[in-house]
Amino acid sequence: MTMSTSYFVGDTVALTARTLRHVTRSLDTIITTVITPIALMLMFVYVFGGAIDTGSTAYVNYMLPGILLITIASGVAYTAYRLFMDLATGIFERFQSMPIARSGVLWAHVFTSLVANLISLVVVVGVALVMGFRSGAGVLAWLAVIGILFLFTLALTWLAVIPGLTASSVEGAGAFGYPLIFLPFVSSAFVPTQTMPGPVRWFAENQPVTSIVDTIRNLLAQQPVGSSIWAALAWCVGVLVAAYVLAMVAYRRKIA
Amino acid sequence: MTVQSAGEPAIRVQGLEKAYGKKAVLRGVDFDVARGSIFALLGSNGAGKTTTIRILSTLLKADAGTAAVNGFDVATQPADVRESISLTGQFAAVDEILSGRENLVLVAKLRHVKDPGAVADDLLDRFSLTEAAAQRTATYSGGMRRRLDIAMSLIGNSPVIFLDEPTSGLDPEARIEVWQTVKELAGHGTTVLLTTQYLEEAEQLADRIAILHQGRIIVNGTLTELKQLLPPAKVEYVEKQPTLEEIFLSVIGDQR
Repeated sequence: MTMSTSYFVGDTVALTARTLRHVTRSLDTIITTVITPIALMLMFVYVFGGAIDTGSTAYVNYMLPGILLITIASGVAYTAYRLFMDLATGIFERFQSMPIARSGVLWAHVFTSLVANLISLVVVVGVALVMGFRSGAGVLAWLAVIGILFLFTLALTWLAVIPGLTASSVEGAGAFGYPLIFLPFVSSAFVPTQTMPGPVRWFAENQPVTSIVDTIRNLLAQQPVGSSIWAALAWCVGVLVAAYVLAMVAYRRKIA
Repeated sequence: MTVQSAGEPAIRVQGLEKAYGKKAVLRGVDFDVARGSIFALLGSNGAGKTTTIRILSTLLKADAGTAAVNGFDVATQPADVRESISLTGQFAAVDEILSGRENLVLVAKLRHVKDPGAVADDLLDRFSLTEAAAQRTATYSGGMRRRLDIAMSLIGNSPVIFLDEPTSGLDPEARIEVWQTVKELAGHGTTVLLTTQYLEEAEQLADRIAILHQGRIIVNGTLTELKQLLPPAKVEYVEKQPTLEEIFLSVIGDQR
């Protein structure tokens, strides 16, 4: 075992503790992460929701999965931001010049993203509960939901590492999240896709968000998930692998 | 880790070349730094000082030539090089969200020293930062940041220290403090390679001075040797006006 591997765990723990402090000491990052999804939730449930026909499903139950994905998409922008700042301030290079497991610097940001997004998701679900969200799902279904959200967060976090490493400005590092936040609107997240015109409907039904949203919604509503769970998992794993490979390419270009 | 015999130079650079695209930054740089000495790389902005330091600290790969630090080749034994060095980059790379003490403890953990807390407290004391230990470094003055930055580089007692423009942006008082620290370091046998744009800094600190100009070392010698390159000194009577720096230091000295 090389020196780097034997130190990997200890070094990554120390570095993760550092980035976690960045989250706990700037709780505004959690607030700005959850404020957009909560505002959208209020708008859709109390303003537009009445006009959207979701059958017997309460609208807050219908749209919560999409809101959770938007929460994650806005949360990972901070991973790009924090990584960008580490590069800009030179602390990234300081760590890379030290005898540590070098990749631990990236993993620390990834683990921190998972924790920060978990906090944000708990806050958003809490607000949804106050707004009337209910689920009779059992432990297994909830575990499946958490698993899918975990995979989605991991995939988007590695995606966020790419602009974090390559952006030339702090705005650029954060801007990659906008299309991700927009994607749920052209999916089954807020409106049943049957109402959309042909090409839009085709896009909505075949983009990753719809399968993920449908799976989470059915799990929470104790409905059969059908094949959508496999499509959801395939999308999450596919994006994760592609993002990880590209992030590693960007990382290798950054360090000698 | 093997430590090389005293006869070998701590740093040996031969024929180093580096280009960014078509722009050649280093065009064949050669120099040796003797163990336990202070070596100043003097040059204007864009002369290639930082590029040299980044290659020596394994953050950047050279296009041609070789470089060895503490007997280890930077290209083929980068992990051993990182065990031998400490880098203090151009911009005091401290974590602004952490306190001064937390920054030191983090580096101590990453350097795997015993009792990181005690190491941190000792350095806080040595660098007159004990009072500010619990404050976030974002509140520190430029001089305090730089002192903390250098203190972080001392953890683990690396035999070779790189200081990239250690006093840029500091006020005269803070600059003298940094000079004092660097002299102490070399007094304890640490090899110091520093880059600077200030002639006076090189004159004050360095055992040897190399002038890097347009990617080449054009002069390399002791201060005495460099002075011999100029015509012999003439004796002239000039009324000596105090410099503004002398006035500044004497005035604030009275205030303390």
